[in-house]
Amino acid sequence: MKRTFPLFLVFIFGILGIIPFIIPHPIVQNLDESIRNDILKILVAFALVLGLGSLLKVHMDKIKRKRENWQYSWILIISFLVSSIIGLFGGVAGAGPLPTSIGSFHFDIQTLYENIFMPLGATMFALLAFYMASASYRAFRARSFEATLLLITAFIIMIGIIPLGDKISPHLPSFAQWIMTVPNVAGQRGILLGVALGIIATSLKIILGIERSWLGGGE
Amino acid sequence: MTLILLTAIFTLAPPGEVRAYDTPSDGGKAIIIEWQLSQDDASLTGYEIYRSEDGVDFQKVGFLGIGRTSYEDETEDDKTYFYKVAAVSDTARALSEPSPQVMSSPQWLNRTKINIFIAMFLFGGFILYFIYHARKGKELFIRKIAGLQAVDDAVGRATEMGKPILYSLGLGFVEDIATIASLNILSEVAKKCAKYDTQLICPNNRPIVYTVAREIVKEAYTEVGRPDAFDPDSVYFLTDSQFAYAAGVSGIMVREKPATNFFIGYFYAESLILAETGASTGAIQIAGTDSLSQLPFFITACDYTLIGEELYAASAYISREPLLLGAIKGEDWGKLIIGTILIAASILGLLTKFPILGLFR
Repeated sequence: MKRTFPLFLVFIFGILGIIPFIIPHPIVQNLDESIRNDILKILVAFALVLGLGSLLKVHMDKIKRKRENWQYSWILIISFLVSSIIGLFGGVAGAGPLPTSIGSFHFDIQTLYENIFMPLGATMFALLAFYMASASYRAFRARSFEATLLLITAFIIMIGIIPLGDKISPHLPSFAQWIMTVPNVAGQRGILLGVALGIIATSLKIILGIERSWLGGGE
Repeated sequence: MTLILLTAIFTLAPPGEVRAYDTPSDGGKAIIIEWQLSQDDASLTGYEIYRSEDGVDFQKVGFLGIGRTSYEDETEDDKTYFYKVAAVSDTARALSEPSPQVMSSPQWLNRTKINIFIAMFLFGGFILYFIYHARKGKELFIRKIAGLQAVDDAVGRATEMGKPILYSLGLGFVEDIATIASLNILSEVAKKCAKYDTQLICPNNRPIVYTVAREIVKEAYTEVGRPDAFDPDSVYFLTDSQFAYAAGVSGIMVREKPATNFFIGYFYAESLILAETGASTGAIQIAGTDSLSQLPFFITACDYTLIGEELYAASAYISREPLLLGAIKGEDWGKLIIGTILIAASILGLLTKFPILGLFR
C-alpha cells in the first residue's frame, strides 16, 4: 500500500496532465488549471513550512554543537525572525499594525527587499563576469583538438560581431553569423530532439510505474 | 459628369464573401470571420467588423488595416451571431452582405495536435515494446556515458578522502522533468553514499523538491540496510531565491570542501557560479541539465556533463534495471526514426522544392 497508492496517484495525475494537451474543452482545461495552480499552491505552502523548519533546525543544531563558523548561523536566524515579523505584522509597504518607520527611515519589507535583498542578488549576478573570464581561460586553452576548435570558433565570432571584423574582411561578419545560425542551431536542435524524446520516455516510465527511483527504490 | 466623378470618389466596393465560423480546435468563445478583399483595398484605411445577434442591429467589434482578410472575435458560447465587414476610407464606408448565422462552442478534440499525439503514441509503443523484451530477459546494449561511469569513482574518491558529496538539484520545480530525473539520480547516489558511509549534503531551492528529496534519500538509506546512517539534516531547504541559493551553495563548497559535486537538474545563470566555485575547491564535478543555455558553462567548468537526454537515461544507467534500460532502447529507436524522416524529408525538399518540410509544422 505504501508504494501502490503513490503509484496510483502518479498514474491518475499523469494521465490528467496529458489529456488537456489534446482536449481544449473548458471542463478539462479548468480542471487542469485547478490542479496546477490551486492544489500545487497548497502543497507549496505546507512544504514551505517544512522547508523553513529544516533550515532553522540545521542552523540551530550548528549553534548548539558549536560547529565551524557557527556564529554566522545567528545572522541567519536573526535575519529570518526580523524579516518574518516585519513581513507578517508590518505589511508589504508598511500598512500593517507594526510601525515600520522612524521618521524618514523606513524598514518595511518592501524597503528591505529593495535595499538589501536585491543589491545582494545583483552582486552575486555581477560575479558572473569574473567567473566567465576564468571559465573561458580554462576552456580556451588549446590542449586538445576540440578545445582548439572552440578557441578558433570563439575568436571568429568575437571578431565577427565587432566593427573591426568588417574592416578585416567584409565576409567575416556574415561568416560569424553563419556559425551562429547554422552549425550552432543544428547542434542545439539535436540536443532538443533528444531532450524531447527523453522527456516523453521519462514521463511514460513514471506514469506507468516503471521508474520508481523517486519512491526511494525497492519494491 | 460631376455626378459620375463624385460617385467614383465616394463609392467603394464592399468586401466580398463574408464567412464566419466557429474557431476550430479551441475551448470556445471565439468565432473567425473571413472575407475577400475589397476591389478598392489600396485606397482604404481598413476594414471594420460588425456583429449582430438578431441580424438587424449591428455593432462595431473590431478594425483591421488594409490587406487583412480575417478577424477572430470574442463571443459567448451557444449564442447566434451575424457578421458584416465594411470597407472604410476617409470619406466612405461600404458594408458587405451579412454572413450566415454562426455560433461558437468548445471543442472536445484539438485536431491540430493529432499528429503530435499519434507520434507520441508510436514512440510510447516503441518504449513499451523494448520494455517487454527486457522483461523477457533480452540483453540490451547501452553505450557508455562517461559522466555516469564516473559516479562510482566520484563516490569512492569522497569515501577515501573522508569528505562529503554535494548534490544540488538546481532551481527547477518538482514538476520539471529535469528535476524528476535528478531526483532519480539522487536516489542512486544516496544508495552509494549509504553503502560506503559517505556524508551527503543536499541543499534545496524549492520547498516541495526538498520534501521529496529528503524522503528519497531516507528511502535509499533504508533500502541498503543503513536507515540508522541517514542524517535528516543532510537534506535541507536553503532558500528559494536564485542568487541567495548560489551564494549558499558556494559557501558550503568553500567551507566543507566536498570531494565531489553533483549539479543535476534545471539551472539558470547560477550554473557558472556554482561550477566555477566547485572547480576552485578541487572537487570532481558531475553536472547534468537539459537547459541549453547553461550546458556550455557546465561543459567548460565541470569534469563530466550529462547533456540533455543523458540526464534522463542516468537513473537506468546507474541502476542497470533491465526495464529502465528497455525504455532507453525505445528512445534510441525513436531518435533513429525521427532522424531518418528528417534526412529523407530534407533531401526530398531540396530535390523537388516540394513543401514536405512543412508537413509536421
